[in-house]
Amino acid sequence: MRVVRVEKDVYFDSVVLMRISSEMAQLPGVSEGVIAPGTAMNKAVLTDRGFQASELATAGANDMIIAVEAASQSAYESALAYAKQNLQEMNRGSEQPATAPSTLRAAVRTQPDANLALISVPGAFAAREAAEALELGLHVMLFSDNVTVEDEVTLKRLAASRGLLMMGPDCGTAIINGTPLGFANRVRRGVIGLVGASGTGIQEVTCLIDAMGGGISQAIGIGGRDMHDSTVGGLMALQGIAALEADPKTDVLVIIAKSPHPDVAEMVIATLIHASKSAVVHFLGLPAQQDRDNVQFASSLLETAELAVSCTQRGRALDAVVQKRWHATVDMSTLARREASRMAPQQQFLCGLYTGGTLAQEALLLLDDVMGPVYSNLQNKPNRQLVDPFQSHGHTVIDMGDDRFTLSKPHPIIDPALRATRVRQEGRDPALGILLLDLVLGYGAHEDPAGITAAAIAEVRVQAEARGGYLPVIASITGTDADIQDRGVQQEKLERAGCIVMPSNLHAVQMALAIAQEAWGGGRI
Amino acid sequence: MTEAGAGRISELLQHELSVINVGLEGFARVLAQESVRVTHLAWKPPSMQADLPLATRMQLRQVTGAPNAEAISRMVQSRPVLVDLQPAGEVIPGMQEHLILHAGPPITWDRMCGPLQGAIIGGILFQGLARTQHEAEELAASGQIDFAPNHHYAAVGPMAGVTTANMPVWVVENRRHGNRSFCTMNEGLGAVLRYGAFSQEVLERLRWMADELAPLLREAIGRYGEVDLKSLTTQALAMGDEVHNRNKAATSLFIRELAADIAAIETSRETTRQAFAFLRENDHFFLNLSMAAAKCTADAARGIPGSSLITCMARNGTDFGIQVSGLEGRWFTGPAERVDGLYLPGYSSADAALDMGDSVITETIGLGGFAMAAAPAIVQFVGGSAPDAVTYTESMYDITLAENDVYQIPGLSFRGTPTGIDLLRVSDSGILPIINTGIAHKQAGVGMIGAGLVRPPWACFRQALEAFAVTYAR
Repeated sequence: MRVVRVEKDVYFDSVVLMRISSEMAQLPGVSEGVIAPGTAMNKAVLTDRGFQASELATAGANDMIIAVEAASQSAYESALAYAKQNLQEMNRGSEQPATAPSTLRAAVRTQPDANLALISVPGAFAAREAAEALELGLHVMLFSDNVTVEDEVTLKRLAASRGLLMMGPDCGTAIINGTPLGFANRVRRGVIGLVGASGTGIQEVTCLIDAMGGGISQAIGIGGRDMHDSTVGGLMALQGIAALEADPKTDVLVIIAKSPHPDVAEMVIATLIHASKSAVVHFLGLPAQQDRDNVQFASSLLETAELAVSCTQRGRALDAVVQKRWHATVDMSTLARREASRMAPQQQFLCGLYTGGTLAQEALLLLDDVMGPVYSNLQNKPNRQLVDPFQSHGHTVIDMGDDRFTLSKPHPIIDPALRATRVRQEGRDPALGILLLDLVLGYGAHEDPAGITAAAIAEVRVQAEARGGYLPVIASITGTDADIQDRGVQQEKLERAGCIVMPSNLHAVQMALAIAQEAWGGGRI
Repeated sequence: MTEAGAGRISELLQHELSVINVGLEGFARVLAQESVRVTHLAWKPPSMQADLPLATRMQLRQVTGAPNAEAISRMVQSRPVLVDLQPAGEVIPGMQEHLILHAGPPITWDRMCGPLQGAIIGGILFQGLARTQHEAEELAASGQIDFAPNHHYAAVGPMAGVTTANMPVWVVENRRHGNRSFCTMNEGLGAVLRYGAFSQEVLERLRWMADELAPLLREAIGRYGEVDLKSLTTQALAMGDEVHNRNKAATSLFIRELAADIAAIETSRETTRQAFAFLRENDHFFLNLSMAAAKCTADAARGIPGSSLITCMARNGTDFGIQVSGLEGRWFTGPAERVDGLYLPGYSSADAALDMGDSVITETIGLGGFAMAAAPAIVQFVGGSAPDAVTYTESMYDITLAENDVYQIPGLSFRGTPTGIDLLRVSDSGILPIINTGIAHKQAGVGMIGAGLVRPPWACFRQALEAFAVTYAR
């Protein structure tokens, strides 16, 4: 049926009418729905579409035609009601929430005091966003990786020319003015300033400093490649050092880097010697040097923290952390002997499954050669590189935050499930002798990594016993009691599952070594 | 690091952080929990591939700094005024009997879409170069007629945009920079030349416009003096127009300005009555003036070495073309897009021609879709609401070089419209210009069947960026 209705002296915006028309035509039982002013053109079109010209004739240009072709009277009436309702609603305004800006430029307009951009978009787009931020006068923390070294150099030069911080790419951790950026822990504020090319390295050292009663002024991340690649040449390391040198709230400088290029390392050390403040340097992968002037060299993350705190206060910093964190009732060597004695002969190998890259690196550096060859996805010795990082071989230390694992899965610090699965996988192998783990807390980390990991630990320990053996599980926790996860609570959960929780990653590695020596003898520990 | 450099980082270390988070939302949540001021960007990956190394992009930004400042200043300071209405052959330099101008970038007869071919046929008939459609088609395909973009002759035309020597064209002068621009008069809606119609009715109307209407308006302009088009546009923006797809207020203002002088002209009452009746029926009469004024404005910014300002956008129903100030004389083209919109009763997207016309010159200078916040009704063409119109305009600020000092949007607290599209900003941000446009029927001569929103194809900007890098990157 075709019905024409004319509303006299009604005017509505033509665009509105077009929208309502197109919606009306979609109603059930309606094959044509038109609501339009009674102009000559519209009447001609409607006549062509089969509506009665005589009915249309009564409509003038200031009147409104509602023309409906419907399958039934009720469909027509629904269409008519729909049209009328929509016309009425036209007069009401609509409330819509303000939409978030979608570009840095727009964001800076609405937040004119913005001083830092935290960028974690996919690598292909990250450099552009970082450049935009720097051009807008913002300091930058670039969490993203997969940025080319050319772009990194371009960005850091631009930042240097404008006096801005360019933290990254591949910078996972920073603490600026006590504010955690990326993966970081709640630590006391104080007078120790860090410049670090390593996320979990910064986390471990800052947490240990906190445990020793010290505090952090700033932790400036510079990105994994800054000191490692001679093209980048420590550009941001030098900026960071200069900034902390000038910062009245910083008394001690701490520099942490993984496998820095020797020339860059030397340049950084030279800069520190010329600085006025005490400095502690830890270059993983390079042999610790002799202390020089105001610069001390540490050979572990723990020692880094210890030396830094000692610069600022008297008292035995190392004792402080052990007292706070070590819950065992026996001393470490007795414990090592006890653990080793319960192991079965077929249990031959150590497996370290790490979520923190620098922590894994520290373990590897301490264990390799000392325990014989240690295989790893972090190895730079070609014959000790794991052929398949999903498969252990001999003594193995694995960084589970490596790209191969995180390609389509969240980082294990964010989601420990993948590492827990690997624990179970290793636990099925009767040759597994010692399990070594880390646990990283803090902002950005999972809300209960101990809970997830403890379940796996308990299972594999039961399995080992069922085979007539015993599995020592050693862990350390990188975190503080003030972290959301609560270090103390996390430690309890691990201990209840039978895990030995050591006060630091260094302690954990040393304990693993001690057990290995007891169980397998030899070893030049 | 310089003294100043040390200063800025020290500044950061002494003050509270105020963060903009780009990427993983978890980071922003943590900061918010820590009571740190933070904005989380609604970030989307840009559609245009990252083709230039970062160092090149930054170098180009450097190169364009001063030239762009010069170019945008010329654009913003332009003051187009209407001075005359004369046959194209008498005022357009280089115009000739066998030259037919059209909208969009250069195109050959065989690639032209239906409405454009229809308009060319109509133009040939109107110009008396052929007597029948068949003759006109043969002539058009023969190579004896030269086809050229309006833009090559300081002119613009809506939809098919066909301009021939006998057609009266508005003459607009830039009181600031002296350059001139031209555009035909708007014929009205329905079956008209610009939609490809070439019936007797169309040709008769064109003759009436040339023989009766034009002389009347020409004399009225002479009596009135120059008409300040920038001023009329500014007023119209405050009245709900964006002077591309909404021209009702501007048209009314224009008629109001000239009415007394039209009435005073010694001619028959019937002639005067017909003129006013014609003007009354056409809501878009001002469009052609708006376009000529915009062309006049944009042309002032052409040819500044090192400038990445977009001086021209135009389409011919097959191709979309852009031009860049620092690459004067070159077109960068891609396929014209489908318009996303609403249709008049009886029509659908299956009937639609592709994006067509020089009217996008309005967006090129910060009007039309860029001023959508001043004309929210437009956004309903794509099922949006009034706040969406604001969002569209606001997103254009990210790709433009200036906020207009005169064209202001009352609803945005009189903020100036986003003016002057920067090629580099488009490619960096991944945001394409937004255009409000009418939709023509794909068959010649049927007319306008709807309206909606459309954007240029990425291909134009990709090509332009490559050419710009080749020319200006070290």
